[in-house]
Amino acid sequence: MQTPETLPLLRVEGLTKTFRMFHLDSMLHAFEGISFDLRAGEFLLLKGRNGAGKSTLLRTLWRSYLPVGGHIWYQSKLGTIDLARAADVDIALLRRQEMGFVTQFLNARPRVAAQDIVAEPLRLAGQSQAEALDQARHWLGEFGVREELWRAYPSTFSGGEQQKVNLARALILPQRLLLLDEPTASLDVGARRALVRRLDDLKAAGVAIIGVFHHPGDVTDLIDREIDLATHPVSADNELTHVAV
Amino acid sequence: MSIDMTSAPAALLPPQLMRTEALLTMSGLSKTYGSVRALRNVDVTVYPGEVMGIVGESGSGKSTLLRMMNLEDTPDQGDYRLQLPGKDDDNLFALDRYQRRMLCAHHIGIVYQNPHQGLLMRHSSSGNVAERLLIAGERSFDVLRSKARDALDASEFPLARMDARPAELSGGMQQRVQLAKAIALEPALLLLDEPTTGLDVSVQALVLDTLKRLQRDRRITMVLVSHDLGVIRTMADRVLVMRHGEVVERGLADQVFQDPQHPYTQQLVHAKL
Repeated sequence: MQTPETLPLLRVEGLTKTFRMFHLDSMLHAFEGISFDLRAGEFLLLKGRNGAGKSTLLRTLWRSYLPVGGHIWYQSKLGTIDLARAADVDIALLRRQEMGFVTQFLNARPRVAAQDIVAEPLRLAGQSQAEALDQARHWLGEFGVREELWRAYPSTFSGGEQQKVNLARALILPQRLLLLDEPTASLDVGARRALVRRLDDLKAAGVAIIGVFHHPGDVTDLIDREIDLATHPVSADNELTHVAV
Repeated sequence: MSIDMTSAPAALLPPQLMRTEALLTMSGLSKTYGSVRALRNVDVTVYPGEVMGIVGESGSGKSTLLRMMNLEDTPDQGDYRLQLPGKDDDNLFALDRYQRRMLCAHHIGIVYQNPHQGLLMRHSSSGNVAERLLIAGERSFDVLRSKARDALDASEFPLARMDARPAELSGGMQQRVQLAKAIALEPALLLLDEPTTGLDVSVQALVLDTLKRLQRDRRITMVLVSHDLGVIRTMADRVLVMRHGEVVERGLADQVFQDPQHPYTQQLVHAKL
């Protein structure tokens, strides 16, 4: 038995994901029976070959994909909730207030300036336009987006520059749980270093992080534990129960 | 108190942890026109501040459902409740015609696909907005003019043209006048029926951006009907997928598009260019 204070922020139990493809009349098994704990301030690296299910696991935790079995117990500020079965409205609220997901792609709305895209999470959280823009410009600068691009539309940017805008937006508002799907894939060295510094700060502030990295060497110093989805993984500290893929 | 999460009792697993109160609740809606079943036992819940997208092919019932939300039509069966400050939680379909008109004037705004449906083409743009305010009881010319100006400005309509008639304006500008009319009284609910269909792509982006800004800055709750999945994906928090008058799937927008659970939704998503 554990008290709420000692419970992990996230406890994944027997998580299973299968895709049903109606047009092919077939099922695609992504992963089965994944279980692990994640505490505040921990950094968990997901490893495995292409197609092993790393991104699928992240998207299932985020609920872009619906799990077919298992639980995702999350200790929200309001109490324990099973993200695998929670109402959509609750997931939407948790995404706004407690959870973040960074992909390698920016979903840039047409005719919205980079600084406004980055400032938006702060505006939604109630900050004034001036404060939010100040913060947005700071983080755009940190990730190496040139000042002359701050008022331009990112839909015209290169992939690398779009990713910097994406990261600035995703990391501007600290969350309790952060999911990272290859956030360094198209970044230059400077931006990768800025990202690692920001992740280090967030981790120190108690943010729990699960990530898939194209260059895992970048985050070596941050990693507490690893799950290898390509093999039968065992955690470094034996806290993981099992993962069967 | 200790909690063992591996055997957590059902009481710890509320289907809605946050207990957010819905703004709009429609339940058991059915409607038949002659031999055509337009709606079959449709349930809809919309929460404050969200954008609910409704997708489906022509004839799926999505516009019929929107007309019901705007009290332009009533179902054969079903309830419709809006949580409004100081108002009883009554079934809105039971209201008389005058009560419905007043409720819509004050609390529900709508933008139609065809501006001719929502605008008086021979009146000025500001006059169209003022007409909405007049129905709601405003009589002072100065207030009418000022509020119409504010609503047009919020809709990013060029104020230098506020006295132009909609017939003299482009399609994008006409949609902005409709939008200004719809938001003039800061409605609890904004209904959007294919608001960008037929507009040039660049104009479409401008209108969507205005809507997104209104939703962000004013937290207006929106229901958006579109057959354009890109528009729904850009705008909506949650999505209903309709077919033959029924809701075949509902969920978070990203989940419905990335992991559709119904064969029809998969077909729809895979058909997108």
